[in-house]
Amino acid sequence: MSALQTFFAESGNAAAFFKMGGYAAYVWPAYAVFFIVLIVDSIAPRLRRRRVLRELRARIARQSSRQDRAASNPIITPPSL
Amino acid sequence: MSNWIPLWLHKLGSPPTFYRFAGALRPWAMALALLFGAIALYGGLVLAPADYQQGDAYRIIFIHVPSAWMSMFIYAVMGVAAFIALVWRLKLAEVVAMESAPIGAAFTFITLVTGSLWGKPMWGTWWTWDARLTSELVLLFLYLGVIGLYHAFEDRRQGARAAAFLAIIGIINVPIVHFSVNWWNTLHQGSTINVFGQSKISWDMLWPLLSMMLATKFYYIASLFSRVRTDLLALEGGKDWVRKIAESEARQ
Repeated sequence: MSALQTFFAESGNAAAFFKMGGYAAYVWPAYAVFFIVLIVDSIAPRLRRRRVLRELRARIARQSSRQDRAASNPIITPPSL
Repeated sequence: MSNWIPLWLHKLGSPPTFYRFAGALRPWAMALALLFGAIALYGGLVLAPADYQQGDAYRIIFIHVPSAWMSMFIYAVMGVAAFIALVWRLKLAEVVAMESAPIGAAFTFITLVTGSLWGKPMWGTWWTWDARLTSELVLLFLYLGVIGLYHAFEDRRQGARAAAFLAIIGIINVPIVHFSVNWWNTLHQGSTINVFGQSKISWDMLWPLLSMMLATKFYYIASLFSRVRTDLLALEGGKDWVRKIAESEARQ
């Protein structure tokens, strides 16, 4: 079989594969939903983790700046939040 | 017998230890999920022959059935963790129960949508109110109820206890989903895979299905560990070990 024939045979197979025997409109959306939902599910905790740590660092920074002010100005204590 | 096993379990229940443990296992679970998932996709979409009645439409089985198994399996895990959380007040059990709910809801949603996409060409309808489909929809509502109740409380641990109670009551629905095809007349086909006997499926189609089942199990472990780690950081924000993690990740 020539290279060209092989190419057409294989591209024909690929086209048949994507056609899914005429059920492409049902099979591929099903697989798409499967992957999209699971990708969203695996990204969500990563984003939340980043947010949690950022908020925690902000809280630590606020606390340490409050302590610094209290140390440099011992008579006038800042009002507690 | 030495008591190192209960001791080890007791240590594992402490948030910083579990955080490290889950962080070490999570990448391996995800790698195995991707490996078994890729093998299943190749076996199911390329190698397995078309069905003699359903043609290629049956290939939805390779994601529909493993997702349906996970929707019930995760509910069972959530129910057991919720029970442990209510009886022994273990913080880690609360977190495992509450963080299982969104993953279970995701798999239940996938089950319903892929089932609908399979039902249209084979049954001629996207949806029918029969026992299997309706009980699976109730399962989704139970997951959403647990998630909603958990977030409805100002105090996270109080919310977790209320939601754990709902999760335990909802366990009654899991056998209903499983046996619905035997108990009632339904449009949905009966069980194809039989653990204790002959399965009604050829080996070419069975092995990709089992490979995808393993992939979804490992995916659940990876996703759960990722979520539990994040939740532990949020819950233990005032503690020293979390502050160290926050500061070390800021320097990166």
